Amino acid sequence: MTTVTKEAGAPSPADAGAFLSVRDLHVSFKTEDGIVRAVDGLSFDLERGKTLGIVGESGSGKSVTNLTILGLHSPKFTTVEGEILLEGKELTTARESELEKLRGNKVAMIFQDPLTALSPYYTVGRQIAEPFMKHMGASKKAAWERAVEMLGKVGIPNPKERAKDYPHQFSGGMRQRAMIAMALVCDPDLLIADEPTTALDVTVQAQILDLLNDLQQEFGSAIIFITHDLGVIADMADDIMVMYAGGAIERGTTNQVLRSPQHPYTWGLLNSMPRLDSDLSAALAPIPGAPPSLLTPPSGCRFHPRCTFQDRVGGNRCVTERPPLAPDRASACHLTAEQKRTIFVEEIKPRLG
Amino acid sequence: MLRFLFRRILGSLVILLLLTVVAFLLFFGMPRDPALLMCGKTCTPDALANIHHTLGLDKSIPEQYWIFLQGLVMGRDTFPQGPCPAPCFGYSYHTNEAVWSTLMDRLPLTLSLAFGATIVFLFVGLGTGLVAAWKRGTLVDKSFTAGSMVISSMQIYFLGPLALAILVYQTHIFDEPRYTSLTDNPAAWFTGLLIPWAVLSTIFAAQYTRMARSAMIEQLQEEHVRTARAKGMSRRFVFFRYAWRGSLIPIITILGIDLSSLLGGAIITEYTFGLPGLGRLAVESVQFSDLPLLLGVMIFSAAAILLCNIIVDACYAFIDPRVRLS
Amino acid sequence: MKEDLVLPAPREAATDGAGEPLLVVEGLRKHFPIKGGFPIRRTVGAVQAVDGIDLTVRAGESFGLVGESGCGKSTTGRLITRLLEPTSGTISYRGKDITHAGRKQLAPIRSEIQMIFQDPYSSLNPRQTVGKIISGPMEINGIEPTGGREKRVRELLEIVGLNPEHYNRFPHEFSGGQRQRIGVARALALEPKLIVADEPVSALDVSIQAQVVNLLQKVQQELGIAFLFIAHDLAVVRHFSQRVAVMYLGKVIEVGDRESIYTRPRHPYTHALLSAVPEVNLHDEEAGRRERIRLAGDVPSPISPPSGCRFRTRCWKAQDKCAAQEPPLVRLSGNRDGHLTACHFPEDPTIEGREEDIVLDPALAALEEDIERP
Repeated sequence: MTTVTKEAGAPSPADAGAFLSVRDLHVSFKTEDGIVRAVDGLSFDLERGKTLGIVGESGSGKSVTNLTILGLHSPKFTTVEGEILLEGKELTTARESELEKLRGNKVAMIFQDPLTALSPYYTVGRQIAEPFMKHMGASKKAAWERAVEMLGKVGIPNPKERAKDYPHQFSGGMRQRAMIAMALVCDPDLLIADEPTTALDVTVQAQILDLLNDLQQEFGSAIIFITHDLGVIADMADDIMVMYAGGAIERGTTNQVLRSPQHPYTWGLLNSMPRLDSDLSAALAPIPGAPPSLLTPPSGCRFHPRCTFQDRVGGNRCVTERPPLAPDRASACHLTAEQKRTIFVEEIKPRLG
Repeated sequence: MLRFLFRRILGSLVILLLLTVVAFLLFFGMPRDPALLMCGKTCTPDALANIHHTLGLDKSIPEQYWIFLQGLVMGRDTFPQGPCPAPCFGYSYHTNEAVWSTLMDRLPLTLSLAFGATIVFLFVGLGTGLVAAWKRGTLVDKSFTAGSMVISSMQIYFLGPLALAILVYQTHIFDEPRYTSLTDNPAAWFTGLLIPWAVLSTIFAAQYTRMARSAMIEQLQEEHVRTARAKGMSRRFVFFRYAWRGSLIPIITILGIDLSSLLGGAIITEYTFGLPGLGRLAVESVQFSDLPLLLGVMIFSAAAILLCNIIVDACYAFIDPRVRLS
Repeated sequence: MKEDLVLPAPREAATDGAGEPLLVVEGLRKHFPIKGGFPIRRTVGAVQAVDGIDLTVRAGESFGLVGESGCGKSTTGRLITRLLEPTSGTISYRGKDITHAGRKQLAPIRSEIQMIFQDPYSSLNPRQTVGKIISGPMEINGIEPTGGREKRVRELLEIVGLNPEHYNRFPHEFSGGQRQRIGVARALALEPKLIVADEPVSALDVSIQAQVVNLLQKVQQELGIAFLFIAHDLAVVRHFSQRVAVMYLGKVIEVGDRESIYTRPRHPYTHALLSAVPEVNLHDEEAGRRERIRLAGDVPSPISPPSGCRFRTRCWKAQDKCAAQEPPLVRLSGNRDGHLTACHFPEDPTIEGREEDIVLDPALAALEEDIERP
């Protein structure tokens, strides 16, 4: 379960149990056009061994958040405020050398495109062995053997020979397997997977998703799984956090968020997504408009310019007041709990078929 | 890999052959009679015919070309000046010396100038470029970048005389640049070329500073570099192992072009410092319509360019397994 | 952005011509030569991108072409629009053979077959205004609509849900979804009869993707334009296309009406593909379990595809016959008219959960065995 408090400040005693907790995180970039507020007041918790799915469209801040956890943003152009606590240790102010000890060791990452994310100049085996040597102090030989073992584990046939290959000699699916082997080589407590299957074909995606699920059972890592695909998240996550324009707008268990969503944006996502079992007589119901510019985000609720339910809130609250996101199961919307429930049951659910 | 090299060498030889054809036709097909030049002021029709005969100009152009090619491969002994061993480019009309030995006379200077300067500008240019990239956005980076902009906008014919004026004529710190053979007197070789090296490499180094910096910055933004950081490799390790390897590709491309043009003769540099290298030889041969010599210099520099290209390609294959294994 | 479409009355062709074959493709092949060899480079092989496919697109219908990368679906689109030269086979449009038609012969047909591309960022010239981009096809073909080109462009902008006032803006002033609308407007400029849409929505965010799908659907239904809709997303194709062909390694392995393909597929690959689509189950957890098929490895190289049935190297039903003999694309007993399958050992016509999962991936199988054996 993710538990969340909106308020910034010292973590409550209950937070001691959370393995990773992010508190009121703000990340902004200086660009030529102005300041981009990529993440704007985000808080969430993650427990050991659980999978948190972060869903959002491009520009929602989901990838930036996770690069910031590992300190992989470029510090010169980026301002980070708020707290990122890993086992109670503050990461936003941690020294580079301390972060280096965490990266690839306690916290590992998998990226979207395995072709560009692996170096073309070194063998796959060497790239997997490197973090093992660095973090475990293993010898070159031991690290190479470990790399071969990991390649075998992720399903590369004939791993002893294939470890000597370069990434371009691997197929797309095999590269992503190698990437997973590299991420898991030091048995991390947290694995951050940023759209790991978006660049893959659907049959390969299914293999990789199942592989990640099975490996998680064996390695016991917690996973933050970032994607734009609700179908993928449904397969992977225990809990879901939906992000929009730099903030979380809804969170809960996978079951709660997908089967009784409470936020108009989540409704919009579900309604605009064609499914293999959706009703073909009805047209898709897209969210009108386009995601906002993060240079000048809308006032109040970030979603209000695209929201078709704001007239039911009454007054001007959607435009003037940013709705908070309560802890636990919650959605950041001014509609009352009763309204959310009835709108979903009476207006949204029937459309989903 | 060997096949690839072999194919490249073969291709280069074909290009060279085609080049000789074009050059030969251009020069010997010209309406101007080279024999007139040799004949001098006291020329008689008989003497002219005689020269025509000894130069082989009374034969048809394809025949002449064939003889020329034979000379390149096997040598010729039809010259009045004496036998001309392979590779025979003939004798200079102007100095009456064998073209090949003239080339070989001038080559050591050109090689010394080119390689000496290259070593210096690579060290200085890449070094400052790497420092600038490492310290991107800091004062060091900004001053390096600005400095390299200013210097690379200067030219040899400005910086060269300036250096001579200050270091030689005003302060007498150095002697005037002159070439002494390395084997004769290494110290004199070194001090004599110091100023040309310094001037030449200053200008080149400035360009390599900018190039190395931008190539490194581009590489550091590559996703695989980010992956390496994400697995905990140190900044230094990522910088020198991951980013550096990728930035070598554009650097080597430009280096190949620069080196081959330096080997063909740095004409302005040689004139500025009064050094007799291949570049001056080329200019002189044009001035005196000395066709055998011009042909020789041309083929020689073309060969240098092709050789550099092959070396650059071999370097690509060495650096990038995608090239090597394809 | 405007959601309502203002459409002119449907043209007569939309109702009269529906059902007639508009585009007929027979035995279409495209092999890209591979150069190599030593010491003289020569053609040493071929990427068999498209290797003998038959398709028929009827007037006014939306025909979907699905498959994974390397299956040849995009190449097929480019062959049909004649951006590529076919190696062999025939393409005929309204009864006229255009397989090897030259520039002049193609000119009248080019205006009737238009293309929409995947990437809305690179398929529009950044230096031209939207007005110029959309009126480009009219200019090239020397068409002067009544009321002038500018009026027509404004109409088109309105049809695709953009503000006609934005006539003079440049592509970079628009979002990804709006740019794809500009691409649609450009394709509509010449009143085409067939639009080849190559992954038109796969570069867009989910919420924007639905906007463009709806737009295309309205264009197809209300203007009666036939679509060859090429996509890897099975759910989008199901939503948009009445008939669907599934491609694998340069071949069509199954084709049929939407319902047959999605609920009663017979080819094992179609089964595997459908079971691999990650789906949100919006209802109870237990309701209608789908079958689970996990293939091993990736699609083989189209340079040396497997003999016989191309899917056999990844198929759990493959037998000797599959290697020896290529299965013909035929109607199997029990299938509807027009539902053709190329398989020697077809599956039951259902996608309900099987008794046992099919897990061919060795790593998955090993891990799952470990987990079940505590």
